[in-house]
Amino acid sequence: MTTFIGRHGRGVLGLIIAALVLVAAVAAPILVAQDPLRTDFAVGLKPPGTPGHPLGTDQLGRDLLARVLYGARVALFIGLCCVLLTAVVGGLAGLLAGYYEGWLGAVVMRVADVQLSFPFILLALTINAIVGLGLRNIIVSLSVAGWVVYARVVRGEVLSVKEREFVHAAQALGLGRARLLFRHILPNVAPSIVIVGSLQFAQFIVAEAAISFLGFGVQPPTPAWGSMLSESRDYLYVAWWLAAFPGAALALTALGINLVGDWLRDVLDPKFRV
Amino acid sequence: MAPTAPAAWKTITAELANPTSTVTKPAVTADTDRSRARDTRPLYTPGVRAYLLSRLGQTVLVVFLSLTAVFFLMRLGGDPVLLFLPMDIQAKDLNEFRERLGFNDPVAVQYGRFISRAIRGDFGESLRYKQDALGLVLERLPATLYLAVAALGLTFLVAVPVGVLSAVRRGSLFDFFGMGAAVLGQAVPGFWLGLMLIYLFSVKLGWLPTGGTGSARHFVMPCVVLASFYAARMARITRSSVLDTLNEEFVLTARAKGLAERIVIAKHTLKNSAIPIVTLAGLDTGQLLGGAVITETIFAWPGLGRLTVQALLNRDFPVVLAAVFIFSVTYTLINLVVDLLYGWLDPRTRRERARA
Repeated sequence: MTTFIGRHGRGVLGLIIAALVLVAAVAAPILVAQDPLRTDFAVGLKPPGTPGHPLGTDQLGRDLLARVLYGARVALFIGLCCVLLTAVVGGLAGLLAGYYEGWLGAVVMRVADVQLSFPFILLALTINAIVGLGLRNIIVSLSVAGWVVYARVVRGEVLSVKEREFVHAAQALGLGRARLLFRHILPNVAPSIVIVGSLQFAQFIVAEAAISFLGFGVQPPTPAWGSMLSESRDYLYVAWWLAAFPGAALALTALGINLVGDWLRDVLDPKFRV
Repeated sequence: MAPTAPAAWKTITAELANPTSTVTKPAVTADTDRSRARDTRPLYTPGVRAYLLSRLGQTVLVVFLSLTAVFFLMRLGGDPVLLFLPMDIQAKDLNEFRERLGFNDPVAVQYGRFISRAIRGDFGESLRYKQDALGLVLERLPATLYLAVAALGLTFLVAVPVGVLSAVRRGSLFDFFGMGAAVLGQAVPGFWLGLMLIYLFSVKLGWLPTGGTGSARHFVMPCVVLASFYAARMARITRSSVLDTLNEEFVLTARAKGLAERIVIAKHTLKNSAIPIVTLAGLDTGQLLGGAVITETIFAWPGLGRLTVQALLNRDFPVVLAAVFIFSVTYTLINLVVDLLYGWLDPRTRRERARA
């Protein structure tokens, strides 16, 4: 039992946190009655504990609890879209680049080198500033900046998997290339895809918040944690709660996902069980 | 066919930890004590020279390609003149402005002109500040480098002792709280930490300035904010790397010889655990430049990151391109230094490189 807690304790904690965030996102309309966008100047900048506004209100009198909960929707939606997009695009690119080592592999790896010669957040920021603001464009920007991690990891795995005997055997049996790639090689690199995905998920959410914080990305009045934090800077002297709660929600989400990611890595890769 | 996972995590850590490194790292499983390895050959051999030249060639190619990519992306992003000039401008003036900046020429011509000038370090004049763009960027670079170096120093200073102690006293309260703090530190976004620190130390206590530069006190919060994430990760990597090394037979031998535990840890364990730590530090120095973009904005730090954000907001193309140039040059140079450090830490990689 103690070994179970030692091995899975943090994973369970992470799953609980992640589940809470997920519930907050899905059930936001049930959990709070207020509309996160409805302004009411009569109750602007009320501190936490105000009747009807457990976390207080912002400068426009919008309910902070509602905005934080709806913010979970925005964050999880963006994170999920980015992980799925990069997993498909990056995974496919890595699969093909690993299998066809020639010019295709060379091109993918060159592109990856160029992208990796740039800090991730700065790359996503630059792309976002160019393609434009808004929810769809931030997803595109983060995915364009993030797919190379998948491509590199999957390519590395494919390079070793394709030399294994069962692949040679399948080749000798005259299997088509598509079948070989997707039925025999892909399942063997799938654990890596899952591990990278879980590690990237939190990174995407935090990066989105950071970019929205800088004034790009998701724009007000959409209740995104990053843009809420950005607006809170003007009121830091009078309303600490505007900065505290959205940021805490963001940190908690990242913590939960990171814990799950660490745990997945330990479980999926027996070698790294300490 | 059951999906198998062996080697997955090792590859991923290596890939994530140092994606641009071209050095093949030897498996960590070898039970040789690197603190005792001696390679008396000179560090600078023809093999090393060839290696350096090829790395420099790669650097030039990467910088060239990234400039090209950003140039074309920015041309796709819409008309810079319209965004930059006031709304009530006359069409005649608009065209004159375009003509003067060369925006009327075909894109291929603009690109050719851009590259031929960029080679000579001329990225044009900032649309906003009316100054040489590269000069402006270079003027701001030292502030960013000071901040990054200070943050990296702080990272090492905090993370390595915490990681080593956590590994040596595995399972202790120190380990529990140290690693708990590290897991938290990785999850707390820097810009939120920054806001909370400003609230506590500037608004409430009035101990530290909210931003700007000038004295040592201005350094404290930006440095802590920038270092927090990287220190957290480095502490965890240090711990797991030291734990790996402590299992090696040469550590057992060193203890069996009767060496003091202090020496066993400091000399035999630490140097042999250093490669993952250096790898991560190298990667982090690059990422610190990215983190600086956010930290500098929060604390109004007059560095390259803040300049880049402002240039992006204003669509000040020449400054953005000059910043991209400096960022990618700095980043690839850092990676080169990291790779050279491997050779010093682990002579085996030096031999492999000479053969390659």
